Amino acid sequence: MSDVGEHIVTDVEEDEVASAALQRSKFGITTEVIGLYAICLFVALALAAICVAATGGSWTNVYTAIIDGSIRKPGRWGLTLGVSAPILLVALGTIVNGRAGLVNIGQESQLVIGSCFSAYVAVRLGGPGPFVLIIAMLCGVIGGALWAGIAGVLRYYRNVPEVLSTLLLGTVAANLMGWGLRKPWLLLAPAAGRANRNQVSEPLAANTRIPRVTWFGNEFPISVLVALGLTLIVWVVLDCSVFGFRLRMLGRNPRTARRAGVAERRYGIGAMLASGGFAGLAGGAMLAGGDFGNYQLVANFGAGIGFAGLLAALVARQRVVILIFVAFLFGCMRTGSGFLRATGVSGRIADVVQGLLVLAMLLPPAILYVRERRRALSASSTRV
Amino acid sequence: MTQVPDHRAGGDPESSPAAEFIDISKRFGRVVACDHVDLALHRGRIHGILGENGAGKSTLMKMLIGLILPDSGQIRLHGEAVKIVDPIEAARRGIAMVHQHFSLVEPLTVWENVALGDTGRLDPGQVRRRVGEISEQYGLEIDPDDRIADLTAGMRQRVEIIKCLRRDPEILVFDEPTSVLSPAESQFLFQALRRVVDDDRKAVALVSHKLAEVISASDEITIMRDGKVVAHRPTEGSDPATLARAMVGREVVLRREHAAFGVLDESSRVRGAARRPENRPVLRIMNASVHGRDGRVLLDRLHLEVHPGEIVGVAGVEGNGQRTLGDLLSSLCAVDGGYVEVDGQIVTTGQAGAMAKAGIAVIPEDRHDSGCVLDFSVAENMFIADPERVSRRGLMNRKQMHEQAAKLIERFDIVCGGPRAPMWSLSGGNQQRVVLARELSHGPRVLIAAQPTRGLDVGAIEYMSSQLRAAADDGVGVLLISTELEEILDLADRIVVMSNGRIVGEMRRDDVDLASLGLMMSGANE
Repeated sequence: MSDVGEHIVTDVEEDEVASAALQRSKFGITTEVIGLYAICLFVALALAAICVAATGGSWTNVYTAIIDGSIRKPGRWGLTLGVSAPILLVALGTIVNGRAGLVNIGQESQLVIGSCFSAYVAVRLGGPGPFVLIIAMLCGVIGGALWAGIAGVLRYYRNVPEVLSTLLLGTVAANLMGWGLRKPWLLLAPAAGRANRNQVSEPLAANTRIPRVTWFGNEFPISVLVALGLTLIVWVVLDCSVFGFRLRMLGRNPRTARRAGVAERRYGIGAMLASGGFAGLAGGAMLAGGDFGNYQLVANFGAGIGFAGLLAALVARQRVVILIFVAFLFGCMRTGSGFLRATGVSGRIADVVQGLLVLAMLLPPAILYVRERRRALSASSTRV
Repeated sequence: MTQVPDHRAGGDPESSPAAEFIDISKRFGRVVACDHVDLALHRGRIHGILGENGAGKSTLMKMLIGLILPDSGQIRLHGEAVKIVDPIEAARRGIAMVHQHFSLVEPLTVWENVALGDTGRLDPGQVRRRVGEISEQYGLEIDPDDRIADLTAGMRQRVEIIKCLRRDPEILVFDEPTSVLSPAESQFLFQALRRVVDDDRKAVALVSHKLAEVISASDEITIMRDGKVVAHRPTEGSDPATLARAMVGREVVLRREHAAFGVLDESSRVRGAARRPENRPVLRIMNASVHGRDGRVLLDRLHLEVHPGEIVGVAGVEGNGQRTLGDLLSSLCAVDGGYVEVDGQIVTTGQAGAMAKAGIAVIPEDRHDSGCVLDFSVAENMFIADPERVSRRGLMNRKQMHEQAAKLIERFDIVCGGPRAPMWSLSGGNQQRVVLARELSHGPRVLIAAQPTRGLDVGAIEYMSSQLRAAADDGVGVLLISTELEEILDLADRIVVMSNGRIVGEMRRDDVDLASLGLMMSGANE
């Protein structure tokens, strides 16, 4: 064989080796992800078991209770779906602002404001039930969007970090709702309807509630289906559309995006409005859906659903489709822990178990993120 | 101090060298940065270390000051084998380095910067006096009470040198010291270096990729290529062409290589230098003023015209508004006065995407800053500006995008793992090609190339240069913003000089007079 021939052969071989290496690394990354989750969940479950056992409980009972409470016992998965829907909605919004590179951590307050808007309109507005319901939900969206919009405007016109403003606006929102619930002309129910309770709003009339359906003996509001539909829409918009492409560009490199024609303010504030809108819708859906209280506002109405949604978005690592499963998982933990109390394990320990499980699901995304960064860094530094 | 008679022969290579690398090797993953390198620095001599980007010269010097540990081999100081584990240890042993990028605190004064890192009680008077002494001794004129922020790059470098000299090191390493200096400032630097070597018998290592400056400033030359020492000889009697060949390891296309090696040649004529731009300008910047947030004047009534088919070179020392000019034409900042016209149409400045839409393509100075999205795929990076081209009714057509990207990858010879490969996985040169491919594929009217070859090796520089020429031949107006004078002399038809945010002079390539060009660049005409 001539020299030239030999040379070509080596080149081809090198190419094959290289592509094989690429294949292997892709495969390696998938197993790495699954492995990470497995290890983290295992460690969390083991730690939780130790906690339960140490406080005199039985860990097998605990895990059966969680599964019984969330899916196994009759009617439970319907309830879980009902709880998961607002979590899913909030998380969808969180992904929208995440794609734009913004960190919104005020979903809870946006949700609360949204629910207040919905409650006010649903009770005051007359007319056919479905019409009132739809308007009330839209007002929920507007309320949440406005609340997040404040942070967006501050961010883009006054350089106030949106992390801080969304967080601090949370305190404001909670107090605002408390104040509204004390004013009869705002949210407080008429004296006749609330017995001796303070700070409750008038319950929604039966025809303005979200209809509930029953599938296989499990009952849930149709807002679950709406949330799934919205997930599909968000997926199309964020992952397939030019708008989503531009939004991601803004999040990854604002200056490149600006040169390419992405107006930072319009897209950024838009993303904040959408994010708050989804949280507000979640608030409205919680109010009119029936799985959270008795179709009326009470103090502390948010119940941590806003934060759960934020966590769900983090766990799903900004990916819309995976979010459906993650949101359901978070729902399971909520409904499951309802049964946990019945096993004799103290409430605090039940919270610890839940916290450990959330942590276990949050850790892998964080580790993966750091690793990705490192890989990118080493790749760019070794190749000059 | 011992008296040394003749300066060139002043170093006595027979006695043990101040520093010596013996059989040094260093690998980073699969990349061999240094491959069994032997090299010696002698007292009283300037040792020029030449090589292309990535030849391993910086790695070698970083081992000397303890930033990198060698994998194998030995470093000896005065014949004694040592292990230098960190820069503090290096400083203790009398080794100092002036880095390419300055590490000065801008709001502080000169003497405060010099005193930084001192321990114990601070004696301002003493530090000031010492700065004065050093600056007098070596002709590094500077006022200890000036604020760094007010100083030019050349002056800042003096501060860095004074910082080093104050500790009275025996070995001084300069890493690409002239990259931010005007020709006059470079000359000045080399004079000061000569004093350091002749008067104090210090050993100096001068790391550079500019052949001409190493020849003019050094006593001996070592050439590195691919991590190996390929040549070592006294400077006297060395022939530039032979050295250039040793540096690249192949015969070079001389005209273009001139730009890469910094051999200035006033007489050489550029392609189509007699190009007659009779048509009206395709890009026109009229009296544009831009102020920074702190009120600083970044662009001062700048006036500039580019005609179709010509390459206009904007020469100037770094930090004189070039970056702002690039930003302005990338829609990243707005004018406070004046306007920008493309093809006779006024373009709104500072409005996202307006410049790109008007037909201004940009190869930005820092591609990671405004040229690409590292987390996006190669294909996505190619359609950043107009995803509409690969979409229908607002939805992206990924298949079409990847197909078109694959064509561009082939046409621009981009080495990558395909259209889906993340941008960060590409080498710097190939990232630059992706940017180039995108900007040229949009059929631009004007092409802005800001420092387009910075950090690239000779082959990549050659490619970029030929692409810029080809664009001009196609009738695109090319604005080349560069601090490398050689690059501008190589490519431009017309040269304008930028200083303090203004165009202070202009000349045709044929009439270039290096002396007055250098004078204008240093802002002396004002």
